[in-house]
Amino acid sequence: MAKKSFRQAINEALAMEMRRDPTVILMGEDVAGGMGAAGEDDAWGGPLGVTKGLMPEFGRDRVLDTPISESAFVGAAAGAAATGLRPVAELMFVDFMGVCLDQIFNQAGKFRYMFGGKAVTPMVVRTMYGAGFRAASQHSQCLYPVFTHMPGLKVAIPSSPYEAKGLLIQAIRDDDPVIFFEHKVMYDDEEEVPDEAYTIPFGEANLTREGDDVTIVAIGRMVQFANQVADKLEGEGIGCTVVDPRTTSPLDEDTILECVEDTGRLVIVDEASPRCNIATDISALVSERAFKALKAPIRMVTPPHTPVPFAAELEDLYIPNPDRIEEAVRSVMGAQA
Amino acid sequence: MLQLSKEDLVRAYTQMRTIRDFEERVHEEFAGGSIPGFVHLYAGEEASAVGVCMNLNDKDNIASTHRGHGHCIAKGCDVKGMMQEIYGRRGGLCGGKGGSMHIADLSKGMMGANGIVGGGPPLICGAALSAKTLGTGGVAVAFVGDGGSNQGTTLESYNLAKVWNLPAVFVVEDNGYAESTASSWSVGGSQIKRAEAFGMEGFEVDGHDFFAVYEAARDVIAKARDGGGPSLLHVRLNRYFGHFEGDAMTYRPDGEVDGLRQQRDSLAIFRQRVGETGLLDAAEMEEIDRSVAGLIDEAVGESVAAPPPTRDDLTTDVYVTY
Repeated sequence: MAKKSFRQAINEALAMEMRRDPTVILMGEDVAGGMGAAGEDDAWGGPLGVTKGLMPEFGRDRVLDTPISESAFVGAAAGAAATGLRPVAELMFVDFMGVCLDQIFNQAGKFRYMFGGKAVTPMVVRTMYGAGFRAASQHSQCLYPVFTHMPGLKVAIPSSPYEAKGLLIQAIRDDDPVIFFEHKVMYDDEEEVPDEAYTIPFGEANLTREGDDVTIVAIGRMVQFANQVADKLEGEGIGCTVVDPRTTSPLDEDTILECVEDTGRLVIVDEASPRCNIATDISALVSERAFKALKAPIRMVTPPHTPVPFAAELEDLYIPNPDRIEEAVRSVMGAQA
Repeated sequence: MLQLSKEDLVRAYTQMRTIRDFEERVHEEFAGGSIPGFVHLYAGEEASAVGVCMNLNDKDNIASTHRGHGHCIAKGCDVKGMMQEIYGRRGGLCGGKGGSMHIADLSKGMMGANGIVGGGPPLICGAALSAKTLGTGGVAVAFVGDGGSNQGTTLESYNLAKVWNLPAVFVVEDNGYAESTASSWSVGGSQIKRAEAFGMEGFEVDGHDFFAVYEAARDVIAKARDGGGPSLLHVRLNRYFGHFEGDAMTYRPDGEVDGLRQQRDSLAIFRQRVGETGLLDAAEMEEIDRSVAGLIDEAVGESVAAPPPTRDDLTTDVYVTY
């Protein structure tokens, strides 16, 4: 099996689905690039080259560059999805949701319920998230908790190239609107990714490590950090189970609860702002339904409740890291119930 | 007018009369306390919805506004299903889960009334893109009010429809008031010049005159269908009721609505115009009036008696798959 980058995995998923299904189209700012300009065609392939090469293969009728008008084109994706296409819209940075959120949550996310189960809105919004790029406050946020909060939307957050390909193919084939989160510092990560198409079902968590002592639930990029900590502590005889929920809506509550029942200790690692994020949600879930299994207080490893800072020294302090996860694991191991 | 067959005229008059009676009756029933929630009535604006939608078929899509009942009826939604929806009944068009502001029937190309002012135009860009990509020959029409014409979503959609050369038409229904605020104050510049600034043709239309709307819509819809891109109609009309039911309309001058009902009634204007041609006589229109009145009576009676949704309905239809 060939090693592929996170970027290649996503590009391959898009290409394979576009070949398989002529109703799959892409739209977004500079997804090809160079539209109307005198220079190179397919000049960008998205700001980080993720969609490069798709326009030459599928043409401008299926890979649509847009004006910088997120409200219009994300809304157009919703309208197209409700009338027979499977659009994949690229919201360049999730931070830009502020200008098009209505089209996602009040329109696409509610069609099915408001219209009495008669609407099908198979759209995907691919979007870049996360800190670590020195991209500052308006290009670095996570924001997946916002979409997780909204009924009618599904939220996928892949933690590796393999996960990205399978979850994106699932997202495109899914008949509900899906917000698909791609961490901007993960695009060059590599691992073995099958050449063929495959899907990873939504709402089925993945255990990336298994151990008896502590459950670490981690979201997106944080799964990698949790794995590092689990590998390190295994040498000391501390066994960690790492749970990658893969999707926060739907959320695999059963697997999380089962792991906590087995280990009795829980650390949750979430790069999103700490109030009303996925960590608080899972903490509430476990407190309500597995309280008696807990041998120690739940620990949440998150950023502080601040905007994402610019300076490298500050941003590095902001982002949860393996050292902080390790400290949290050691603390729950040392705590008495 | 002479291009319209007698069948077309009967259809147009029937739909306009249905909208008028539907809205007058909802007004009465709401005042009597039997209809819950927020209701925005279209009475007075009938010629716009019907004049536009007479040029559309089931492959064509429309997006509507919070004032959507007229657009629904003109696009072919089942009147009894609509009334049940407004009553919140399980047998309503949306199972009682949508209500007045969210009536939709995608099988008829009615993409929904919309509780968000300016929510529709981007959706219509998408429906038009579907038509273009799938080669259906369809067009998509966004109805927006004068209030919605000031939303960024609407202006962005003008631009997107133009640069993608979409088979789209924007119908700005200017009834003079966005909620209580006069459109003469709230709209900077002119609707027509806005259209022209985005490279679209724009036409001002008397929205009390079915024939004026029909002819203007026919031309811009045909142009869109033929690949000629988007256009805009600025339809000037009036609503007989408030922004919402319960609005005391203190912002309107005394006697304004009475004067409009006497002098600018789209149904009266229609009757006069067709009477002159002899294509449809008074007795035929009175028969339509009786038939529509019976339909509305039945719709209300059945809605009152119909069962509400059940506890099981609360959590279904959120997703296609869970």
